[in-house]
Amino acid sequence: MSSQMVMYDEEFRHIETVCERLARDSVARAVFLIDKNGQLIVAAGQSANFDTTSLASLVAGEIAATGGLAQLMGEREFSTLFHEGDRDNLHISVVASRAILVVIFDKRTSLGLVRLRVKKGAEELETIFQALVERTAKEGAQTPFAELTDEDIDNLFSV
Amino acid sequence: MSFINYSSREINCKIVYYGPGLCGKTTNLHYIYNKTSPQAKGKMISLATETERTLFFDFLPLQLGEIRGFKTRFHLYTVPGQVFYDASRKLILKGVDGIVFVADSQRARMEANEESIFNLADNLKEQCYDIAKIPMVLQYNKRDLPMAAPAEELTRRLNTRQWPEFMATATNGFGVFDTLKEIAKLVLQELKKGTR
Repeated sequence: MSSQMVMYDEEFRHIETVCERLARDSVARAVFLIDKNGQLIVAAGQSANFDTTSLASLVAGEIAATGGLAQLMGEREFSTLFHEGDRDNLHISVVASRAILVVIFDKRTSLGLVRLRVKKGAEELETIFQALVERTAKEGAQTPFAELTDEDIDNLFSV
Repeated sequence: MSFINYSSREINCKIVYYGPGLCGKTTNLHYIYNKTSPQAKGKMISLATETERTLFFDFLPLQLGEIRGFKTRFHLYTVPGQVFYDASRKLILKGVDGIVFVADSQRARMEANEESIFNLADNLKEQCYDIAKIPMVLQYNKRDLPMAAPAEELTRRLNTRQWPEFMATATNGFGVFDTLKEIAKLVLQELKKGTR
């Protein structure tokens, strides 16, 4: 079974900083980092304008489907997707094998600049994720859920 | 694979509704969506064909409340039930934390139920999950139909591993929330076990 993903405050702040810088440097409307299972990790830029939960789930579905296509063609994965719209464009890339970086941008910037900045940001994110995996392996046993009682769970449904 | 975020103090879990075509997976999600307060749910997404058969998945984000200071978010997905969409079903099972197997109670669909549960076991195995270990509940849906098989027969033919089972009629909501509560409990209990 795949390992559980845990996000600590320190790594979260690092990731947030990288995504905010990426949004700024690439002149993007918004940047999202999404877990491959469709859960939003970080949103930066004008993210309030988007339905982030739906976006995360659909992007993860798309990456999963593209991964399926890659396997059919004997490729390990197609790591980058680009969608061009009338107003907005989407640049989607897999980062550190387990997360998806989404950049939404319009005509104020160019695909070239976005790609360049994404590449730099992805390298930084890989380092953070590597540290996160190592930390999770070390500290995984100390989460508050070890203390979870059946009563806690029952209370969740009594509201 | 649940996702625990210490920074935003959230636990995210993925629950997949699995079962043969037209067994009522999407109907379960529609009922949950319609009966949940706006604050507790996000937008429901259905990637469906023009005839409203699920093509890729339905998705419904739910927020159940707080547990030990952490918000609990459940992402509910359905899979397309028709046999030929197997590639899509495999993708949706990635990272699953718990499964609701929705069986169609009609006697004529018994073989389709069995085929689907075998298919689930195979697809889980491909992702290194074991159907005997993953949190799972069975729901015997369409209890209102005259051709529904007796519960004992469904249990005998489908419930080979003593999973918790629920009678349901998803069209009117009977059994829908009982099923959801049970799978959410099993997933959280697994989370507790996994951190010991």
